[in-house]
Amino acid sequence: MEAFLHQVFSGLATGGIYASLALALVMIYQSTNHINFAQGEMAMFSTYLAWSMINGGMPYWWAFLLTVLVSFVVGAAIERIIIRPVEDAPVLSVVTVFIALLVIFNSVAGWIFTYTIKTFPSPFPEQPLFGNRYISSHELGSIAVTLLVLVALYLFFRFTPLGLAMRAAAQNPLSSRLAGIRVGSMLALGWGLAAAVGAVAGLLVAPIVYLEPNMMAGVLLYAFAAALVGGIDNPFGAVLGGFMVGVLENLIGAYVIGTELKLTVALVLIVGVLLFKPSGMFGKVFVSRV
Amino acid sequence: MNSAVAADDVMAPRYAGVSLRAWRAIGLAALLAGAVALPFLVSNYRVFQFNLVLIYAIVLLGLNILTGYNGQISLGHGAFYAIGAYAAAILMDQFGWPYWTTLPVAGLVCFVFGFLFGLPALRLRGHYLALATFALAVAMPQILKYKHIEQWTGGVQGIVIVKPEAPFGLKITADQWLYLFTLAILVLMFALGWNLLRGRVGRALVAIRDHPVAAEAMGVHGALYKTLAFGVSALYAGVAGALGAIVVQFVAPDSFTAGLSINFLIGIVIGGVASISGAFYGALFIQFVPNFADQISKAAPWAIYGVFLLAFVYLMPAGVAGFVRLAWMRMRAARHRPVTHPHREK
Repeated sequence: MEAFLHQVFSGLATGGIYASLALALVMIYQSTNHINFAQGEMAMFSTYLAWSMINGGMPYWWAFLLTVLVSFVVGAAIERIIIRPVEDAPVLSVVTVFIALLVIFNSVAGWIFTYTIKTFPSPFPEQPLFGNRYISSHELGSIAVTLLVLVALYLFFRFTPLGLAMRAAAQNPLSSRLAGIRVGSMLALGWGLAAAVGAVAGLLVAPIVYLEPNMMAGVLLYAFAAALVGGIDNPFGAVLGGFMVGVLENLIGAYVIGTELKLTVALVLIVGVLLFKPSGMFGKVFVSRV
Repeated sequence: MNSAVAADDVMAPRYAGVSLRAWRAIGLAALLAGAVALPFLVSNYRVFQFNLVLIYAIVLLGLNILTGYNGQISLGHGAFYAIGAYAAAILMDQFGWPYWTTLPVAGLVCFVFGFLFGLPALRLRGHYLALATFALAVAMPQILKYKHIEQWTGGVQGIVIVKPEAPFGLKITADQWLYLFTLAILVLMFALGWNLLRGRVGRALVAIRDHPVAAEAMGVHGALYKTLAFGVSALYAGVAGALGAIVVQFVAPDSFTAGLSINFLIGIVIGGVASISGAFYGALFIQFVPNFADQISKAAPWAIYGVFLLAFVYLMPAGVAGFVRLAWMRMRAARHRPVTHPHREK
């Protein structure tokens, strides 16, 4: 029983990380219908930025904050400069651009920081908090940070004029433009936010999977699965999907097939959801008129 | 543009007294002669590299049938290439089959896998399909390492194959022989592909890509053609994978990462989406550009890939093949200028 609980809790912790990245994917999908294949690599690059700041002697939380800010700016800049020209291009062009971003971020990180695996510090104490036996403090901390990000985003989208404008731009760009909202800026802002949330996910996952240019491939796959399980156009679904997928991954890994086929589980999940319930648990069902 | 082509057909332009069609045949024959002569002109290592170019060209043609002509994006063709390679390696290593007999089996196995993967793919469009195939590509190395199939796949170590020597007592090296063997397979595969794409099937595939609903209304069986396109495309990748295994003499899970699939996507985008000749430009690109860039840094080829990809999407969306076609048409238009084209004046 103790082992089982341990698996569930650590599944919740990784699930929180998947949830953050899934949330980033959903934010971009909602406004543009694009699935950002480079989201994981952008998060990886942000994590390297934080690593060099921390190595340069900056306190962890300052580095954290600065990284999130820089990621925001870089994400918005990528939307404006690279994504904007292909906004209405055929799907293949858009996918190609995302793949190009993926390989550029991956190789530039390898170029600058080399491919050697690095350890990444956790801001949380080594000893488990509150004397519990089931969950390490990094895991508990990750869950807390994820939830904090979620609440902050919810408050932002729900209660600020800017959040309202962003939701409007995503839902109906034409009417929003007529109502005086700068839809282009909102899209850039959305990309910035997604990159910032992704950076948080990267910083939280790096102490677990270690820092290296390919660290996000598996995480990204699980985040995709999470977003699909929850419904790719529903932020809350994505978060719930993230936690579910995290727990599922751990339980299946521990009790059914072992750890070596974990990515295959993600593949089966993705294909399964797309096949049997493409809208996920909470997504909208799209019906196209012929 | 269509009317211009029709007008040209009626006028049947002749250059130096030879019709365009004949020129094309002469050009192809010259190209083929050059390709046959090539292994006797360069070093063995170069022969090996050009052999890989031919193999990549086969995959890229297959991927183009699916992605270019049928509009189904696959980021997972490295997985089918891997299955073909392992099929060949296992047949040769465990069952002692001669190398050339493994090709049809590898192709067939991949056709079945591709067809089966094509079934769920029917329900996926655009980004979703890209996502599902990407997941397949990322998961493939892990599946190949799986411990319950280790007795066949050799696990992490992979399988080492013996390089076949030239038969019939021919006085050429193993590399030269394999190159010629691959060239023969390539000619066969391209002839088949060309035949498939220029006729009924090709038109049906393009119709499904451009307007699925209209295609169905015209009586094209969408689901059948789409799954078949997946199967045929995987078959090309499988045959190429088998050839690749024989030429490299080695298969291992980590040779078939998602990077390989991304390589293939890069190949068709650079070479030219929905073009047959584009497969060669793309294959040359993915074989030789990394070699030049490798000297700078291990990561450099990929950075250059990324920049090239962006540049092509923005500046040359039809790829090298599209650029060549455009240049050719400009040249012809320039020659024709004295004979005014009424429909171009408008």
